[in-house]
Amino acid sequence: MELLSIQSTTLMVTALLTGIGLVAAALIIAKLISPKSYSPLKGKSYECGVPTRGESMMQFKVGYYLFAILFLMFDVETVFLFPWAVVCKTLGTAGLVSVGIFLAVLILGLAYAWRKGALEWK
Amino acid sequence: MFDFSIVTGWLHNWLLGFMPEWLTTTVECVLIGVLMIVAYAVLAMVYIFYERKLCAWMQCRLGPTRVGPWGLFQLFADVFKMLIKEIIRLENIDRFLFALAPYLVIVASMLTFACLPWGNGLQIIDFNIGVFFMVAASSIGVLGILLAGWSSNNKYTLIGAMRSGAQMVSYELSVGLSILTIVVLAGTMSITELVEAQSDGWFLFKGHIPAFIAFVIYLIAANAETNRGPFDMPEAEHELTAGYHTEYSGMHFGFFYLAEYLNLFIVSGIASLLFLGGWMPLHVPGWDGFNAVMDYIPSIVWFIGKALFVTFLLMWFRWSYPRVRIDQMLKLEWKYLMPIGLFNLILMTLVVMYDLHF
Repeated sequence: MELLSIQSTTLMVTALLTGIGLVAAALIIAKLISPKSYSPLKGKSYECGVPTRGESMMQFKVGYYLFAILFLMFDVETVFLFPWAVVCKTLGTAGLVSVGIFLAVLILGLAYAWRKGALEWK
Repeated sequence: MFDFSIVTGWLHNWLLGFMPEWLTTTVECVLIGVLMIVAYAVLAMVYIFYERKLCAWMQCRLGPTRVGPWGLFQLFADVFKMLIKEIIRLENIDRFLFALAPYLVIVASMLTFACLPWGNGLQIIDFNIGVFFMVAASSIGVLGILLAGWSSNNKYTLIGAMRSGAQMVSYELSVGLSILTIVVLAGTMSITELVEAQSDGWFLFKGHIPAFIAFVIYLIAANAETNRGPFDMPEAEHELTAGYHTEYSGMHFGFFYLAEYLNLFIVSGIASLLFLGGWMPLHVPGWDGFNAVMDYIPSIVWFIGKALFVTFLLMWFRWSYPRVRIDQMLKLEWKYLMPIGLFNLILMTLVVMYDLHF
């Protein structure tokens, strides 16, 4: 059932444009009524009054990326599990066994990462 | 129960009476957009006020009292203040990405917002994989936060964004798994059908222990997803000034603030959709008189009431626990919530296969 018999794709685009429109409109209003002043110190990075040293767009701690990679693995798993979840009743035991094998491989992966110390924050 | 689609259907036919079809669709889309912006802004203001009063109450303070009765006009004052603050023009930043970040954050929450079931027949995006779309759309938000932190060229924002990235992607798994548990129970991903399936009892009661475990996991993970509560390391003000939005000023900052409170509403809305029946009134099988009385309360009141109740739980959670460290946060997700979520999924499958649920 769709609201007003509009296609859901159209509604998605409407929601997308609404979001963009909200930001754009609020920014235009803010630009119009907010004060403007300029001083060279104002444009500097705010690091609590301490002068900034060096660039901040640099290589960063690898620990965060490790979790991103782990996330990728398990998120794809969720994507695969959603279609099964809808029909799990009709698939019955055969479906449960095959998904069980799929999950077992993934849990093995998690156990491997755990054992290797990938889940420790260093 | 009052069906809102009568009103929208009448509007559609009335517009079709003197307009071609494409123009009708355009007018309706514009109407939907305007309504969404109004609902979005009003809810954000109400939520900011709700949070301030509630946190004051929990800390034995009074909260805002000066502006208007019970400080009610404070919410308008807050928004107006945000609008009239200067948007500072910064140097050393990646201007394009810096400007793009608020759009991503707002668009992600707007797309999810459009999926919520507000009432009987009162829902914008509704199709057969609605819940899946919600999960997908809400994960765009983390991109905005990462971009905001990276493009600001500031150490605090970078650390805040990285923490937030690690935290949000980690807890998204738990959110996904607990949603999956409910999808197994319901056997559908369409939001309307999920709500309809709960007409003879909410999933929290229907699904036995696995549904309850999923609810608790969802609440913890949702609190982390919205960067709040004990999991607010991305904006830990004692260490990182304001985290990923340190460099944003005026209304630019306002969008992150708005999105944070709206995301709070959205996760509460999803929790009430999946576990507490969406707009469905409290029905007890067999108690026909009681059910009829419950049906008399409008569905939109039920939905917003449930969302406010879940928000109350999340805020209680936030104001009762101290902030966790990043290693504790990651440990909680990867070593506890995630394995428990996986086993809970299998448990739920067994419950559904052997028809042990109500």
